[in-house]
Amino acid sequence: MRYLKRALQDIRQNRFLSLVTIVTIAVSILIVSAFALFFLNANDLINAWKKGVHIMVYLKNGVVETEVSRLQKMLHGLVGVEKVNFISRDEALKQLREQLPRQSFLLDNLKQNPLPDAFEVHLLPATRNWAKIEKLAVQLEKLPEVEEVEYGRGWLGRFAVVFNLFRLAGYALGALFFLAAVFFVANTIRLVLYSRREEVEIMRLVGAEDRFIKTPFYIEGMLQGALGGIIGLAMCLLLFLAVSSNVTPEFFGGAFQIRFLPTGMLITMVLTSMMVGWLGCFASLKQFFK
Amino acid sequence: MRDGEEKTAIIRMFHVYRHYGNKTAVVDITLDIYKNELLFINGPSGAGKTTLLKLLYLAEPVSDGQILVNGMNLSRIARKKVPFLRRNFGIVFQDYKLIPTKTVYENVALVLEAAGQKRRLINKKVKSVLRTVGMEQRINALPPTLSGGEQQRVAIARAVVGDPEIILADEPTGSLDAAAADHVLGLLRAYHTRGATVIIATHAQELIRKAGGRVVHLNAGRLVNMPDH
Repeated sequence: MRYLKRALQDIRQNRFLSLVTIVTIAVSILIVSAFALFFLNANDLINAWKKGVHIMVYLKNGVVETEVSRLQKMLHGLVGVEKVNFISRDEALKQLREQLPRQSFLLDNLKQNPLPDAFEVHLLPATRNWAKIEKLAVQLEKLPEVEEVEYGRGWLGRFAVVFNLFRLAGYALGALFFLAAVFFVANTIRLVLYSRREEVEIMRLVGAEDRFIKTPFYIEGMLQGALGGIIGLAMCLLLFLAVSSNVTPEFFGGAFQIRFLPTGMLITMVLTSMMVGWLGCFASLKQFFK
Repeated sequence: MRDGEEKTAIIRMFHVYRHYGNKTAVVDITLDIYKNELLFINGPSGAGKTTLLKLLYLAEPVSDGQILVNGMNLSRIARKKVPFLRRNFGIVFQDYKLIPTKTVYENVALVLEAAGQKRRLINKKVKSVLRTVGMEQRINALPPTLSGGEQQRVAIARAVVGDPEIILADEPTGSLDAAAADHVLGLLRAYHTRGATVIIATHAQELIRKAGGRVVHLNAGRLVNMPDH
């Protein structure tokens, strides 16, 4: 309690330096948490997509029924295929009418059904990755009865690759911001120590142990870290609320809902920022008391 | 020393030297200082008085020789034990060394806080000692707002609040007027009367004449003319 009081007194006496440290940590945490938020939701999106992944195989006009049933059996026998549904052109038109109830009158004026017969090929979980889907799609495209293969959301596959690159960049940036924040805290504490070196010297002369002198600095560093962390996360939450209020679940086809960082991650981030404060103190105190 | 008491050395110095490069500030000092003694280390400016005191509380290490304080050999004391050695001493520094951003109360309380004393006891002792030195009215004042004499009284309060066995005072009246110097000397003598060993480094002959006690003379780092030793 006595140490906490001294730490708070120090923060009050060195308001500007403390503020600089807190803002530095807050900005670092904001950037890192924004990255984490992006990764978390992108990961959710990819997972949601993986769950519903299927390949649409559109057939050429005039494929006869016997051919259709032979093809269905053949598709079902392919490695990685879970199930195969046949969607006739009539059924497809019916589904389209249901999906576009207000525009269905447009479909009424059609002289003939423009939609093709198609197979909806659902994949086993093990096959739900970009490389395997692409390989299977190429295989299907080569069939003479097939007009077109669509594994939709192709951009998501590419997105997954880009996402992994971003994730690596995120780790690197996170480490960089961590080091920068430690450096800033260390410098702040060093400046405070130099401004109070006479006081520290007096404390030592009257019999204060190093622990007595150092502990308030460690508390100060951790308090600054915690404050910076909380402020950074609060800014990230505000940013999230601003963005998420403009993004409805339908924006992503209802597949998933954008969400904020989970409690465990928030606690980890605040603890990490406290560790940043502690490490900064450790570095400068070690040098000062050498 | 009180009459009839057996002489027990609380500080023992054996052939102590302190070098600074080619210069030697303290030369071959061998001296015993006894429990409950009032000792003056007298000498002109630059004689090595302050250096000698600093060697006692390990603000500086001896270059050669040995010092024992309460049986502890300062040459062999571990770094982490130095604070405990310093708690044997109450030090009145020549330049007071008060923390300007802390109040009179906080400056004095620092010694007890560092020793891990309980808040209630700290409060009681600090107020009592500030009353003794006549500073109870300025308890919340900051040192820069005090006169030299007042700052010196606060420095004495800080030196004695931990009930140290040994009080070291470095030129305690150096920058004070006659009345303030008498007051400070009176305080130091009062703590000597209560049982503390008081060592005063001073160049002021008048102070020594008024106070009594043993006097050792230091010149160019050497002890000279030690009638009582």
